[in-house]
Amino acid sequence: MEKATFQGGTHPYDGKELSKSLPIKAVLPKGDLVYPMSQHIGAPAKPVVSVGDHVLVGQRIAEAGGFVSANICSSVSGTVKAIEPRLLVSGAVCPAIVVENDHEYKAVEGFGDQRDYTKLSKEEIRKYVQDAGVVGMGGAGFPNHVKITPQDDSKIDYVLVNGAECEPYLTSDYRVMLEDPERIIGGVKVLLRLFENAKGVIGIEDNKPDCIEKLTEMTKDEPRITVQPLRTKYPQGAERTLIYACTGRKINSSMLPADAGVVVDNIDTVVAIYKAVCENTPLIRRVVTVTGDAIKEPRNFEVKTGTCYAELIDEAGGFTCEPEKIVSGGPMMGMALYSLEVPVTKTSSALLCMSKDEVAAMAPTACIRCGRCVEACPSNLVPQKMVEFAERFDDEGFEKIGGMECYECGSCTYVCPAKRRLTQAFKQARKSVMDKRRNAKK
Amino acid sequence: MNKLLNVSTSPHVRSSASTSSIMCDVLIAMAPAALFGIYQFGFRAFLIIVICVATAMLTEYIYEKAMKKPITIMDYSAAVTGLILALNMPAYIDLWIPALGSVFAILIVKQLYGGLGQNFMNPALAGRCFLLISFAGKMTQFFPDGVTGATPLAALKAGESVNLLDMFIGTIPGTIGETSVIALLIGAAYMLAKKVINWKIPFTYIATVAVFALIFGGHGFDMTYVAAQICGGGLIFGAFFMATDYVTSPITPNGQIIYGVCLGLLTGIFRIFGPSAEGVSYAIIFCNLLVPLIEKVTMPTPFGREAKK
Repeated sequence: MEKATFQGGTHPYDGKELSKSLPIKAVLPKGDLVYPMSQHIGAPAKPVVSVGDHVLVGQRIAEAGGFVSANICSSVSGTVKAIEPRLLVSGAVCPAIVVENDHEYKAVEGFGDQRDYTKLSKEEIRKYVQDAGVVGMGGAGFPNHVKITPQDDSKIDYVLVNGAECEPYLTSDYRVMLEDPERIIGGVKVLLRLFENAKGVIGIEDNKPDCIEKLTEMTKDEPRITVQPLRTKYPQGAERTLIYACTGRKINSSMLPADAGVVVDNIDTVVAIYKAVCENTPLIRRVVTVTGDAIKEPRNFEVKTGTCYAELIDEAGGFTCEPEKIVSGGPMMGMALYSLEVPVTKTSSALLCMSKDEVAAMAPTACIRCGRCVEACPSNLVPQKMVEFAERFDDEGFEKIGGMECYECGSCTYVCPAKRRLTQAFKQARKSVMDKRRNAKK
Repeated sequence: MNKLLNVSTSPHVRSSASTSSIMCDVLIAMAPAALFGIYQFGFRAFLIIVICVATAMLTEYIYEKAMKKPITIMDYSAAVTGLILALNMPAYIDLWIPALGSVFAILIVKQLYGGLGQNFMNPALAGRCFLLISFAGKMTQFFPDGVTGATPLAALKAGESVNLLDMFIGTIPGTIGETSVIALLIGAAYMLAKKVINWKIPFTYIATVAVFALIFGGHGFDMTYVAAQICGGGLIFGAFFMATDYVTSPITPNGQIIYGVCLGLLTGIFRIFGPSAEGVSYAIIFCNLLVPLIEKVTMPTPFGREAKK
């Protein structure tokens, strides 16, 4: 099949060889588990347990605080120790439920029971996904039951599975595609049951030929599911570039994928949907890549949500040297941490430990107008002009020039020879515009 | 852990390209033309190159030191300006003239407007045009000791014939760096391969000149005439090394094509309808002034915001 791609983008060093070869290792938490109430887009969840309560694996400990919100379930059995503010990877502090693990892993009744999705109604499928607290696990954390509840099911003609994994260093989707392809395909079938006019497309970058081969082989008798090889280029895994590459349709910042007839989920999310619907297991685990040149044995771990990041470092053999920068997520869009005392949440894809912070070593210099940012921008913007507005705090000018179409992929900043901090300025400007829009609504 | 961790916004990695690495690539790309100039015109050409580059860097250093600004000579942008100016000099000129041109280019055109990235005209070309106007005779003296001779384009304009092979190799009168098409093309290929420049500006520029010469040159369908127009008068040098100057050319992809066409039209008009046989330098600095306007009308439409069919 022809390799699909998009305009713009860049090719950062991919670093995937560090962690790609070892199989996923399941690890059990040692310390307390921390479940922040905000680990998704939308309203924070509301705790439904109190300090001192005993909880079981899979038990709902917080319920969605609105339609665009998600339930949170305990990943261990034990006692609720505290409900208190805790640090998140973003640097924000948020109310969290702290559970002391009794290490017995007693589960709620019915946990893990098999269900045949072909016998379920659409409403039941959506309810199971919602109950399980499934959110987009690629990073944004958009509540999945909202995504799979468009106004008109019949208008959805594509269910896209994002196996691009374009962020450098990350290999969790790669490992899942190799080790758990049955659940991926199962998850797609569940989604296709919701959307009778849709075909399922699994998009995979061509730097993962083994995954393309395996999934193509396994879907050859599935008339509604195909594998679409994608040209390896960052940010191929961004929602808009993926939709464009797989369907030729374009969406902008004011549209949802469903507006273009598309539902997009990443690999681990599809697995979570399958587990929620067919195995009665809520979202209480995820695969995390622990990698970087400061890590002794980089590899992927299956981790219970709520586990402390510091434990993952120990599981990976510790540090080879003192890291200068630790990032939650990939190097292009991840968030730098100042403390490892933060919990793994539904959206934690990786822990990247770098011995050197190359960004700190490069001072920004004058723009030479070379145009590399324009060539790299997947949204066809002119970052060189946007930054002039952003740095002057001219939100109107920034919006007018298309600034809100930026999704902060970092390509322009990566390629900039003058090492200008473009993405940083865009993040501030975009936040400022979004705050103003929100206030105007009130 | 004893050290504090670094915290900053994403992305946490950067490409290896830097301003100085790009400027070094441009210097490397001009090396074949410079070496050919030295081979052709001898030690004086070497001397002029050294004087131009050294004066440009020194001027930048002194200005920034005096103004208590960060010293930026190690980004090599001043060296690039100096070298371009040197390659635009006739080899037999009094040595103080290229030095004056360098000071004008760096001090007036570049630094007084705010330094790297802020000048609205190509500094080297503005320096050259300043010298051309001020010292017209000396700047077009392409032979030692007052011997007169015409450049191929001047000969062509006067109705004489030219030797295309000489023009391609560079054994013709002209400035130090503009004569050898083959040396310039080697440098251009290097810049294209290293993605320092893209094809848009040079190719549209050259193609427009060719079409213009074909239509208005008065030689009918004479490919020798068109080829001479392309190889002569520093068009190759201008198209690849001066028109592509980042700071003074459009940043928008469509703008670069329009800019190339404008350059070609102006060069054609200056050459064919003007009194001089040349026109590349004036065409470029004139079009430099159009860049903000060209950019304004060629802003790309953001992804997903195209008009619905």
